[in-house]
Amino acid sequence: MNLHLSSAPHAHSRESTTVLMLNVIIALIPCVAAGVWYFGYSALITVAVSTASAVLAEFIWQKCARQKVRIGDLSAVVTGIIMGLNLPPQAPWWMAMVGSAFAIIIVKCMFGGIGDNFMNPALLARGVLLASWPVRMTAWQAVTGWNSAVDAVAGATPLVNPSVYTRLDLFLGNVPGTIGEVCKVAILVGFAYLLITKTISWRIPVAMVATTFVFSWIFGKDPVTSILSGGLLFGAVYMATDYVTCPMTARGQIVFAVGAGLLVAVIRNFGNYPEGVTYAILLMNIATPLIDRFVKQPVYGHEKGVRKQNA
Amino acid sequence: MPNKKKSLGAIVKNGLLTENPTFRLVLGTCPTLAVTTSAMNGLGMGAAATFVLVFSNLVISLLRNFIPDTVRIPSFIVVISTFVTIVEMIMKAYLPALNEARGMFIPLIVVNCIILARAEAFASKNGPIASIADGLGMGIGFTCALVLIGCIRELIGNGTIFGAQVMTAGYESMLLIIMPAGGFLVFGTVLGIFNAITAHTVKKKEGSAA
Amino acid sequence: MNGITRILLFMVSCVLTHNFIFSRFLGCCPFLGVSRKVETAASMGVAVTFVMALASLFTWLVNHLILIPFDLEYLQTISFILVIAALVQFVEMFLKKSSPSLYSALGIYLPLITTNCAVLGVAVLNVNENYNLGYSVLNGVFGALGFMLAIVLMAGVRERLETSKIPEPLKGFPITLICASLMAIAFMGFAGLA
Repeated sequence: MNLHLSSAPHAHSRESTTVLMLNVIIALIPCVAAGVWYFGYSALITVAVSTASAVLAEFIWQKCARQKVRIGDLSAVVTGIIMGLNLPPQAPWWMAMVGSAFAIIIVKCMFGGIGDNFMNPALLARGVLLASWPVRMTAWQAVTGWNSAVDAVAGATPLVNPSVYTRLDLFLGNVPGTIGEVCKVAILVGFAYLLITKTISWRIPVAMVATTFVFSWIFGKDPVTSILSGGLLFGAVYMATDYVTCPMTARGQIVFAVGAGLLVAVIRNFGNYPEGVTYAILLMNIATPLIDRFVKQPVYGHEKGVRKQNA
Repeated sequence: MPNKKKSLGAIVKNGLLTENPTFRLVLGTCPTLAVTTSAMNGLGMGAAATFVLVFSNLVISLLRNFIPDTVRIPSFIVVISTFVTIVEMIMKAYLPALNEARGMFIPLIVVNCIILARAEAFASKNGPIASIADGLGMGIGFTCALVLIGCIRELIGNGTIFGAQVMTAGYESMLLIIMPAGGFLVFGTVLGIFNAITAHTVKKKEGSAA
Repeated sequence: MNGITRILLFMVSCVLTHNFIFSRFLGCCPFLGVSRKVETAASMGVAVTFVMALASLFTWLVNHLILIPFDLEYLQTISFILVIAALVQFVEMFLKKSSPSLYSALGIYLPLITTNCAVLGVAVLNVNENYNLGYSVLNGVFGALGFMLAIVLMAGVRERLETSKIPEPLKGFPITLICASLMAIAFMGFAGLA
């Protein structure tokens, strides 16, 4: 068990933060590789631009605010990579930059930097881009192979038109979507690595996906296709598990994950957006302080006190 | 006489800068957020609020010795809503487009905290001329804030200022900024910058004094 | 679509999709001012719900029984605000007599509610949208519950922010507004639910 990871103090010791972030970066490599495999070099460039912008944004903010420059803790790199993986493959470079800058400066630094953001920066930035440039964010490039330089004809995502793609296509990632979310194999490899290194616990990803599975079934959709489509797995493994923005106790994390899974199913089936993972996790991020307050676990009951001492 | 004039100027300046209702006192946030999707909307709302503010301040100041203390708040509200009704009628007759766009927020001027706050804090304690000056200063301060936020939101969210194209043709507007979330964001950021500048100048003054 | 579904969807729309704070900008002053603690935020929410439900009812009655029959619609604003002020006064007196404990919990918020633009806002909205009596009251109750949801979530986040290292110029209102912005972005996910 990795209990020390589920509470806030990690943010205060730099060494361990760097190691954790490095593990997340390693776990993201399969997703980046799969994205490049399916969408070509432009996907790699998008991820590179978003990562560089995130680090640069953090550097500039910390210089301007006369704070100690802490880009060495690699958290901005993680945010930047996840931001890039959340973009459609043919996203223009300036969109990657705006997204990363928004994530780092407004969602993270303005709230006090690492450990003090109450929402997942990359995910919120995706919400911003989706609201600001909806057409660009939902114009999907069809899978073209790694050496293709031309923009291919846009295809519908499996969420809009599920019958076109087989379950195997969905699983391998041979479908249109954002760079990071398409290849479920890569995500599962990353998940396994994160579990083996005890970087994250299984609770949130498993509970969230299971909840979406159940409710998609209840709402009359094919549950297997539902959990293999869109960004559910990617969000559940890499974004819902962000320590800073999810509850501290095991029970709280289950509440968080079930809430997020339910919201995914509700937004996908009844809302305007075909994909609800972004909003579902963000909404549960907002509810996290209340979950921490009201969902207590007797065994870990002392954690709140520990947090206060460290804060 | 010159003494009095100076004090009138000081009252106006107070509303514009020292106690700017939007940036210093943070009153009237709802219209500040809701109508600032463009500079023109901000200006229209600011003008309407200034009109109400000046006249309600004047009338309340004239009546200040006749209104019993216990019913003063309801009486203020009656005076204010009378002028709001007048504005509503004028808007409907002469500015139907603006009225259509954000018409809902015109009746809500009644509950704009700035106006009731000035009635209570200033007009009920001061003479009519000073009260007009106070209303004018506060109103212009409010209008400037609305126009500033309106300009920023219109520029980023639509590429224009007062309807005139500013950004080049290749600019793709960031729609978020003219959505509700953008209102909160721009207002919060401008407020933070305002605070930072104030803190900076105060520090400088202290530095030069010492 | 049958009646019950329609009413259910209307409720969801009032609470989530057209949230008073995040999409209509009504009631921002108390939302920013009284959201420091979860308990006080919840009390404010209860008080607002109470008054908004009554206000929707009475302003509808005034509008349809007095203003419209006598062609006095131009007096709408003035009569609505008087109805609300009287209502708040009445609720305050009633609570003082009947439930002193509730009064001491909500008392300080009640006078603030007169100038809460969400209350006058819901009355004006009901007229603009031509809601009938039932929908008007539903709009009042569920709009207020949406307000309560927003203010309680906000208070939870703000309690957490107290231990954050927020830059000095952003402390207080600026960071609260930016918080509200981020929350509004998340609430966009509910678009189209109803």
